[in-house]
Amino acid sequence: MALAKVTQDETDARLASLSMPEGGWPAIARRDALARVQSMGLPHRRDEYWKYTRPESLTSPDVIPAAVFDASDEAPIFATLDALNIVFVDGVFDADQSDDLAQTGLEIERLENAASADIHWAQDIYGTLETAGQNPVKRPLAALNTAFAHDGILIRATTIVERPVNLTYIHKSDRSDAMLHHVIKVEQGAKLTLLESGPAASRFNKVMEVSVSDQGEFHHVRAQGRDHERRAVTHIFARLGEESVFKSFTLTANGVLTRNECVLELTGDNAVAHIAGACVGDGEFHHDDTVFITHDAVGCESRQVFKKVLRNGAIGVFQGKILVKPDAQKTDGYQISQSLLLDDDSQFLAKPELEIYADDVACSHGSTSGAIDEEALFYLKSRGVPASDATDLLTLAFLAEAVQEVEDSNIGDIVTERMSAWLARRKR
Amino acid sequence: MAAFDNVDVKEGVDQETVDAVREVGGAYKYGWNTEIEMEYAPKGVNPDIVRLISDKNEEPEWMTEWRLSAFQRWENMEEPTWAMVNYPKIDFQDQYYYARPKSMIEKPKSLEEVDPKLLATYEKLGIPLKEQMILAGVEGAENMPAEGRKVAVDAVFDSVSVGTTFQAELKKAGVIFCSISEAIREHPELVKKYLGSVVPASDNYYATLNSAVFSDGSFVYIPPNTRCPMELSTYFRINAENTGQFERTLIIADKGSYVSYLEGCTAPKRDTAQLHAAVVEIIIEEDAEVKYSTVQNWYPGDENGVGGIYNFVTKRADCRGDRSKVMWTQVETGSAVTWKYPSCILRGNDSQGEFYSIAIANNHQQADTGTKMIHLGKNTKSRIVSKGISAGVAQNTYRGLVSMHPKAKNSRNYTQCDSLLIGDKCGAHTVPYIEVKNNSSRVEHEATTSKVDDDQLFYCRQRGMGEEDAVALVVNGFCKDVLQALPMEFAMEAQQLVAISLEGSVG
Repeated sequence: MALAKVTQDETDARLASLSMPEGGWPAIARRDALARVQSMGLPHRRDEYWKYTRPESLTSPDVIPAAVFDASDEAPIFATLDALNIVFVDGVFDADQSDDLAQTGLEIERLENAASADIHWAQDIYGTLETAGQNPVKRPLAALNTAFAHDGILIRATTIVERPVNLTYIHKSDRSDAMLHHVIKVEQGAKLTLLESGPAASRFNKVMEVSVSDQGEFHHVRAQGRDHERRAVTHIFARLGEESVFKSFTLTANGVLTRNECVLELTGDNAVAHIAGACVGDGEFHHDDTVFITHDAVGCESRQVFKKVLRNGAIGVFQGKILVKPDAQKTDGYQISQSLLLDDDSQFLAKPELEIYADDVACSHGSTSGAIDEEALFYLKSRGVPASDATDLLTLAFLAEAVQEVEDSNIGDIVTERMSAWLARRKR
Repeated sequence: MAAFDNVDVKEGVDQETVDAVREVGGAYKYGWNTEIEMEYAPKGVNPDIVRLISDKNEEPEWMTEWRLSAFQRWENMEEPTWAMVNYPKIDFQDQYYYARPKSMIEKPKSLEEVDPKLLATYEKLGIPLKEQMILAGVEGAENMPAEGRKVAVDAVFDSVSVGTTFQAELKKAGVIFCSISEAIREHPELVKKYLGSVVPASDNYYATLNSAVFSDGSFVYIPPNTRCPMELSTYFRINAENTGQFERTLIIADKGSYVSYLEGCTAPKRDTAQLHAAVVEIIIEEDAEVKYSTVQNWYPGDENGVGGIYNFVTKRADCRGDRSKVMWTQVETGSAVTWKYPSCILRGNDSQGEFYSIAIANNHQQADTGTKMIHLGKNTKSRIVSKGISAGVAQNTYRGLVSMHPKAKNSRNYTQCDSLLIGDKCGAHTVPYIEVKNNSSRVEHEATTSKVDDDQLFYCRQRGMGEEDAVALVVNGFCKDVLQALPMEFAMEAQQLVAISLEGSVG
């Protein structure tokens, strides 16, 4: 079907502003991705999938400038952890700040360096999971990324890797427009923890394709940076093998626009996927969690826990879907999306969906929205806790269910600390 | 009925149970056809047909104009495709938009004059008119007989049986209950004021088509501070082949009034699909309350998905006054395709909307149904309880919206939608939209999907129940929140319907 004129024009304009890297094994995947973008067109606000989030600022040829925020009152969130550090500044790899990429049990390379080879393990994954994730809902911004991202990290874990890989994204230029495409492969029985943090750029488009083989484990914790004016659209496409584990948690504080899409396919029996998000927004803040989980194997478990604290006109969006295919019997699917509206100007918009074709399943979703529980507040105040501390306490308690999804309790504590610091700063 | 034959004796179930199940079984009970001479308008829809329908109803010029402008809009609209239903493209020009029994051309003055075939039709439908009236106090003025031309029949059957008494009684109470065509003639000021004020002629594809070609329907006006002395009821039946039914219902509950309204519908078995596109508008003023209950049992098509009714319905209640209240209860067991979202606009402060639904889809049925709760006024409350049951290769979708506008302070919504899957070839889907734009309101949404619990089934079977009986019992238990919200005489019927609809889905 031909694209609407306006979509066609916008897509053409955006494509004209980009240059595709040439040569190497990703070339075919990139060309195919470009064809996908051209046939789908970039998202438009009339698209049902963008009902609650306006995509214009993510699709425009020019980036809207975003002031760089001085976060020097806090050390980078994962700085205290022993990790393999990789740093990108405005989407450009920074060798000086990064560790040596050689580490036992881990094959790790930059996309830009690896691409010149003729064959590469990442070739089977690059663009493949993204393509699979285009059905039934199109995600043109991810295809755009596959076509045009020059760099990213390719990680292959073949054993249990204790030391996490820590990607830090630094924002330096107020007109930076960055794209990164990561490919991660966790081999059979291997385990990897990936940390991500930082605002990355004025506008950031990131795709991460993750293949977790049978009995593999992948843990992902990220904190999106505090820059108020940054915009980001991120996609995770993951495919899970038998008895594999995938856990992802995202903390979002600030940012004028964030759209985090997570597309998971459970293809091996008894796989487990947990994804969670905690977001705290104040003022001009629009946060969108869009999740699509496909159960395509027997006995899998999926769990989605999303919590949003919103005030001063902040907007929280949740679109989550569990699709259970006909043969995915014994599926256990759970989804909860909750928002705490701290004042009358904020909004919570949700579309939690179930689409189920197998009968022997237990799937549920819940969604709530409301203010702080007056009775709980009264209880704390009557015990001498000042009102504002009591509000913070209850807010943290509200967010705790999402943070609990972080497997490593040390990292969970760090996340909680950041959230309480954020709340404390609001009071000043 | 193979499933029943397999179950009964082999299981050693007590014969009474088997008979009872047989009794309610027999698949679609209302699938027979009344052989009757019909008068049809030419096939297709165009401005001439719209004028013809308007003429037949002896409508004033303004009404004809209203229809024509709706038709003009409809021609430029596109059929919606967002619902999770698949059906062959409908040829809107390959249908009759108007059909009435020839015996109805001259309006009968009393029941004696009514074609006995029509009377027999109702007799056979198991709406024992008298009994029903005694049992339920059903007025019955609004019986759309065989062919969708109910004008005459309702008057007729009223004038014969106890109907007249009720008519007098209703009149004494100041209640107007008549066909919409009669209302357009007799009460133009009310119709002009309210028609299209809740569902505008431009609302959606099917509502717009309905605005152009609706042939009849019911009109209810309850005057201020009046409790309607009895329940009002409409029974819709499609009989003629290749004929679409487009009825329009308008209910106005003035300040402080109350009415409970029941709607039922069936159609004969035919192997071509038939179209039904209705619009129901309800206006509820200050302190008034309306209960609207539906048992939708249109012909669902056969077990191979041949035939059946395409049911595209727009129902909306506007709680205009403070403290007004509306309650939708629906049992959706029929239709090949259902596209229906009875909605509540909670405009008045402290107004309340409730939606209770059971949707059962078996064989090749597809149901996409739910509700919209639009909270505009302060302290408004809404409650949604939806139970979807899928069997065979059916698809059942709950689609709903809860919207809390910024000014709807201190409002409350509770939504529960549960789905039950019987068999591994069917689907159950939930698509709720939740929009909260103030923080003093609380919105809670819960949904679950599961299968019929093996332990419960085992328990029933152990006590000698056949498998289908056991499933029906468990399913009735699953639906009980909704069944309890139905008026008594409907609840009985609905429980039986649940069992019938699921027939053949086990084993």
